[in-house]
Amino acid sequence: MAEEIKKGLVLLDFWVSPFGQRCRIALAEKGLPYEYSEQELLGTKSELLLRSNPIHKKIPVLIHDGRPVNESLVILNYLEEAFPDAPPLLPADPYARAQARFWAAYSDKVYEVGSRLWKTKGEAQSQARAEMLQVLGNLDGELGEKPFFAGEKFGFVDLALVPFMPWLTPSFERYGGFSVAEVAPRLAAWADRCMERESVAKTLYPGEKVDEFITLLKKKYGIE
Amino acid sequence: MMKRNLTTHHSATLSAMERQEEDEDRVKLFGFWSSPYVYKVEWALRIKGIQYDYIEENLENKSDQLLEYNPVHKKVPVLIYQGKPIAESEVILEFIDEAWKHHGDRILPEDPYDRAMARFWVRFGKDTLSPPIWKWFTTQGQEQEAAYAAAVEQLQILEKELDGKRFFAGEKMGLVDLSLGPFSYIIPIYEEITGVKLIKEEKLPSLLAWMDNFLNSSIVREHLPPMDKLKLRCQAIREAFLKNTN
Repeated sequence: MAEEIKKGLVLLDFWVSPFGQRCRIALAEKGLPYEYSEQELLGTKSELLLRSNPIHKKIPVLIHDGRPVNESLVILNYLEEAFPDAPPLLPADPYARAQARFWAAYSDKVYEVGSRLWKTKGEAQSQARAEMLQVLGNLDGELGEKPFFAGEKFGFVDLALVPFMPWLTPSFERYGGFSVAEVAPRLAAWADRCMERESVAKTLYPGEKVDEFITLLKKKYGIE
Repeated sequence: MMKRNLTTHHSATLSAMERQEEDEDRVKLFGFWSSPYVYKVEWALRIKGIQYDYIEENLENKSDQLLEYNPVHKKVPVLIYQGKPIAESEVILEFIDEAWKHHGDRILPEDPYDRAMARFWVRFGKDTLSPPIWKWFTTQGQEQEAAYAAAVEQLQILEKELDGKRFFAGEKMGLVDLSLGPFSYIIPIYEEITGVKLIKEEKLPSLLAWMDNFLNSSIVREHLPPMDKLKLRCQAIREAFLKNTN
């Protein structure tokens, strides 16, 4: 019997995943209804996940009318293009779009470098700390005095970066021995500004919850 | 006479302004002769028929201009469009397709889902395929064997995706072809240096054919790095890595 193709949007996700949160915020900002499907990542992965992302077996996966799209930034671009009548998150001008894509991709570094802060010690951790300060400095500099990365409106870069803020504060800050408010004050203010948006406030978990989760991961992977 | 002076002055000023504008309008590309990322951008510009000024960087002594244009990564390629910089080859390729939408062939497909698939495979090439290939080339012994196995596994995934098509994008090359394209000359160089075949006909026939299609395409064959020089460079890189681990 042929499997019926499920119409509409399904998001395979994991509650605390910042990559999944990027997609959730985008879907909310665009007013697109979807079915949220919490995936078991620390145990056995579901058949649906394995079937939808056989190569990487990771979330988030956006399934649209039965067809899967993987990788958070690919999903964000897909939502822009597949739903042209929904409010856009990218600017119209090609150069501005290029800048947005550059900085959205760069924001991945916060998570990448931050993960090394709690996974490593000694020299490797110091290196990660130095890199993190550079990354935050670059982001703070790019934001400048603007309310949001693209200017007046909340957009692509903001939603790509903001899910990492509860990982930065308090967790990455503590593991790395730095303070976002000190090294990137404009970025800290921007994070508060983003939290005033319903889509962000309703999607992100408080830093303390993320911290608990990191502690859980450390235990699971036997990291001191 | 006043009028003539004014006119002369006026047109001289205009010329200077026009010249400055024209100069700013000229597309520029900061590159390095062996960088595959730079070649991807150059092939894309050729697909679109865009003229550009090429500036060769000395990566061991980067120019002030490069550092000013790409302060975050300090790398090539950097494309300068109307005096403004764009960095990261993936971003540049999408930009080229959008800025010159009506010139030449489209680099990305039209359909949103196909675009998402193209972007997925670009990422795959970068995050999943490149690391084991690089590891295979820069290690030896057990570490190299493990990397080789991992690389073959990822290549088999690509083989399945290609499935006998002329190019990943179909009849004409597209984003994924440009992105993976450098492998078509880099892998044979690595194979020659290590003495090990990575892409075997029995296992990866579509990929082997694709490499040929890519290298022989009109866009690519007109513009490839100097192979002898590249081979020497790759050899030196492998030796340096092996020395470091001993």
